[in-house]
Parts: sequence; C-alpha cells; structure tokens
Amino acid sequence: MNIIVCIKQVPDTTEVRIDSKTGTLIREGIPSIINPDDKAGIEAAIQLKEKYNANITVISMGPPQAEIALKEAYAMGVDRVILLTDRAFAGSDTWATSLTLSYAIKKLDYDLIICGRQAIDGDTAQVGPQIAEHLMLPQVSYVSKIEKEDDKLKLKKVFEDGYQIIKVKTPCLITALKEMNNPRYMTVNRIFNVSNTKIVENWSINDIAMDAQLTGLKASPTQVKKIQTKTAKSSGKVHQVEPKEGAKLILEKLQEKFVI
Amino acid sequence: MQNKEEYKNILVYIEQRDGIIQNVSLELISKAKDLAIKSNQKVFVYIPGYKIDEIHAKECFKYGADKCFISNDLLLKDYATETYTKVTTSLINKIKPESVLIGATTIGRDLAPRISARLYTGLTADCTSLDIDEETGNLLMTRPAFGGNILATIICPNHRPQMSTVRPGVMTKTIVNETKTIKIEYVNSSLTKDDLNIEIIETVKEKTQKKNIEDANILVSGGRGIGKKENVETLKNFADEIGGMLSGSRAIVDCGWIEPNHQVGQTGKTVRPEVYFACGISGAIQHIAGMEESELIIAINKNPEAPIFDVADLGIVGDVNQIIPLLSQELKSHKLKKEA
Repeated sequence: MNIIVCIKQVPDTTEVRIDSKTGTLIREGIPSIINPDDKAGIEAAIQLKEKYNANITVISMGPPQAEIALKEAYAMGVDRVILLTDRAFAGSDTWATSLTLSYAIKKLDYDLIICGRQAIDGDTAQVGPQIAEHLMLPQVSYVSKIEKEDDKLKLKKVFEDGYQIIKVKTPCLITALKEMNNPRYMTVNRIFNVSNTKIVENWSINDIAMDAQLTGLKASPTQVKKIQTKTAKSSGKVHQVEPKEGAKLILEKLQEKFVI
Repeated sequence: MQNKEEYKNILVYIEQRDGIIQNVSLELISKAKDLAIKSNQKVFVYIPGYKIDEIHAKECFKYGADKCFISNDLLLKDYATETYTKVTTSLINKIKPESVLIGATTIGRDLAPRISARLYTGLTADCTSLDIDEETGNLLMTRPAFGGNILATIICPNHRPQMSTVRPGVMTKTIVNETKTIKIEYVNSSLTKDDLNIEIIETVKEKTQKKNIEDANILVSGGRGIGKKENVETLKNFADEIGGMLSGSRAIVDCGWIEPNHQVGQTGKTVRPEVYFACGISGAIQHIAGMEESELIIAINKNPEAPIFDVADLGIVGDVNQIIPLLSQELKSHKLKKEA
C-alpha cells in the first residue's frame, strides 16, 4: 500500500500572546510545530505500515524552513519526504494550495492520502476535501479510526452527535483527527540519519509540471481584505477577598442582574 | 472564470439530519434575509434529502425564505459527500446564486470545500460575521484565525458564487411576519447508484443529553484550576442548584474530566449564555473566543493575573474549590428565604 500524508508547519497558536499596548500578535519566539491533526495522520500511516506493510511519503507545501517539519516526520519513521517550495506558490488560498498539492500527488503512486482535519493557524479544514475533488477521489473526513479490509478501508467518522462506520474503496482521501492516536517520538537512529544526509527532496513548480497561472495569489479566488486583532471587552472589578466574602459578592451580583 | 453578472440572490443550503432541519440553517436564513434586504436580492433555500416536503419549506419561509428548492431521492437519505456535492453543485449551476451560505457543521465543512473546488470558486470557512460591501456588492466574510487571536475579513471578488460556511450559534434566527405563498420547486436529483462511492455500515447516535451547552442560559464552566476530576462533581452540584449546565475548557476535556461536546472555545463550542461562570479557567485566548459574548461573566481564579479577569464582569481571586461550595450554600439559604 502506498500512503501519502500531507502536512503543514504551523506556529504553535496556544503560545501566541497579544501585545496589550499595540494590540498586535507577538510572533517572536513562537515555536513552529507539525500541525497536530497532521501529526496524527503521520502516526496513523506508520501504524498501517507496521500492520500491513506500506510505503509512506510525506509532502508539505511551504517556505524552505518547513523542511524541519519534514525532517521530524522522517525521524518518526516515514520513507520519503518532499517539500513543495517555490515563489510561484506564495499567497495561495485553500483552492490554489489544494490544486498545487494535487499536481504533486499525481506524480506519485497512492492508495491512500491522509490529511489532517484542519490546521491550527487557519482552521479552514478545506484543503483535504479540495485535494480529493481535484483528484476525483472519494473522501471521508473527521476520521478517528482506520482499519484495512482487502481493497477497502473501514473508517470511523465522527459527527457532533455520534459517529458512522464507513467502508470506502481505495484510492481515497481521509482527514484525520488528532484524537485518533498519540504520535510517537522520533527515533535516535533516524534523527542521526536526517541530520547527516540530504533526506528532504525539494520540488519546484517545474517538478510538478504546473502552469504558473494556476497557483499562488493570482489563482486564488479568495483575498484577505482586512485583518484586525480582537479587542478585549472592558473588564469589571476584580476582588481579592476571603472565600466567604467572594461567594457573597457573587450572590449579590446574581441578585442585581435578576438571575436569582 | 464565471460571468459575474449572471449571478444573483443568496442561496442557503439547508442541512437536515433524519429529516430535521438543523438550527444553524434557520440562523442562516435570517442572516441571508438581512443581507438580501440590504442588497435587493432574494433568499433561496435548497433542501436535499428524502421525504422532504412543504412542512420543511414552511419552516424555512417562517425565517424569511422566498423560494424553496427540494430534491428527494433514496440516495440522499443519509448524507454522503459525493451525492450531496453533485446535487448541490447542479442546483447552483442552475440558479446561479451570488452567494451560498452553509452551516459550518461537520457535514457543512465536508461538503462546502468539495463544491467550491468543483465550481472553481472561493470558500471562506467558519465565519462569525457576514456583511455586504455597499460599493462593490462583495460579501464580506469575517472569521477568526490564528487560534482566535485575529479576525480576518475575506472577499471573493472575481469568482461566483461567493461561498461561506458559518459557525453555528453566532447568527440569530428571527421569525419574519410576512404572509407569503410558499413557493416550492422540486428538482430531479439525477443521481445513480454509482454516485454513492462510500458504504455506510452503521450510524450511531451517542446518547443525546437533554440540551446542548449552546442552548443553556447558565453555564458553570471548569478549567484546570479545579485541580482534580472529583471536583467536577462540586461544579455539577452548583450547576444543578442554579439551574445551569456544566461545561469546561479544553484543558479538562483533554484530561477526560468532561465530555468533548461540553467544551467551550475556539476548538469547542461558541456560547453566549446569560451567565457564564469561569471556574479555575485561566482564559487562554482560544477559550475566551468561545465565551466572551456571554451576558454576564463571573470568574474565579487563584491567579490575579489570569487573562480571564480581563473579560469578566466580576472577578474573585481565590480557590474555586472553596468558593463554589460556599456559593451553593448561600444560594440554598437565599432560596429558602425567598420561599419563606
């Protein structure tokens, strides 16, 4: 089985703080990580490889520094890592990103494509299903469990109010939830390999034979018109008092607002 | 590229599960109605499914729909990506709406990207506010990004339709007082068995609780500061006492102390109850994004510097595990006094 996992390097948004004076994001010193849902996708692929034998390729589209995310994926135990990087790709929205990734995927053999459900910086959850559409593949999103049955996959797909067990023929695309597993650590041997040899393949727009008109900002239907930092609402009074006094203050407030 | 001039009116995709129209779809009809009045357009709704009829259409008209399109097919009985994408795309191609609004549920967010890719048009995910630019007529789609730290306004200036998924619970559904004839057009689905490229083996509804936390008037919400799982019980008792529901931050959901569907925040639910008790919640920006619209926010936290106090109407610095039981007692004696 050939598995492709698409990953994104993202800033760890749980670490992001807002500068209260300027109201802007403090980006310095924010660590970059493999997007959590994507990392669960890598782990799921490695588990399938251990059970059924598979060949895993991880692809990421991004700036040259995204190489680090791919090195980490390699050190976790995947077979091949490819970085799609080219100035022509810059400014791509989800439509153009998914088309670009689908051009790269067409150059490879695949039975299963795994994307993370959504990235923690953009939270769109759109690139996975859009890749599936560009490649005309069946998709199953919000997957929390994967099993293989002959040429089919048996998947658990999660909804707000329950779940479904779905069977789908390969080739297909799934989007993975981070709740699916606990990604393993990198192995020492593989960290050694990745730091001593050129492991990450760099692919440019020429390598995927794509028309430059189809990618990047100019091919993107959506544009960002305005960005604003959220302004916090004005805060009420904070009391540092004994617990009993605190409970009383709360009760008074609830009476004042006719809650009780 | 599409000829923009041909596209007019707003289409709301109506999500039904087992024939029941989801709240978010009604919220979107109300929002579409506002936008339609502003831009002199009509509100169309589309309900794909099985055994959908004028009862469903009537519900949509109550919130401001002007025309209802329905496709009935046994192949549409359960949601599946390809069948639903195919019928919705073909309706869009037929009626050419300027904008398409879809609820940002697990179904909407599975369906919408697939349609937008097929139509080569833009899609903005999980919007929390929509408006129309009076100069250009473009739909202004605003959404939180970067873990809720920023709000980005997205436009789709050159492609049509302009598509957006909208977060459940942020738009308000309003019944309109108009007497209109219910206009329904039944549209042939033209599906064949081959369009169903997945096989649904089993559908399991998890034991539905009485209410969703989005519908609660009072939420008692716990965070890491409550210390241990046993203390969830204390919060639960207080919630029962005051007639509210229990919810929590991501931290205690990750610990397994409460169910994921009770999580408030960027990756959980957006809530706006009358009263929100933040108990031992420090107030990460992701959490605040999900509750800051609450009418009254009462925060209890040991750390006087906790960011939750920045959005609280009343803040008490102290140990939540001491204060909440005391508050429960006070509340009990208050009730007794009131009855006496």
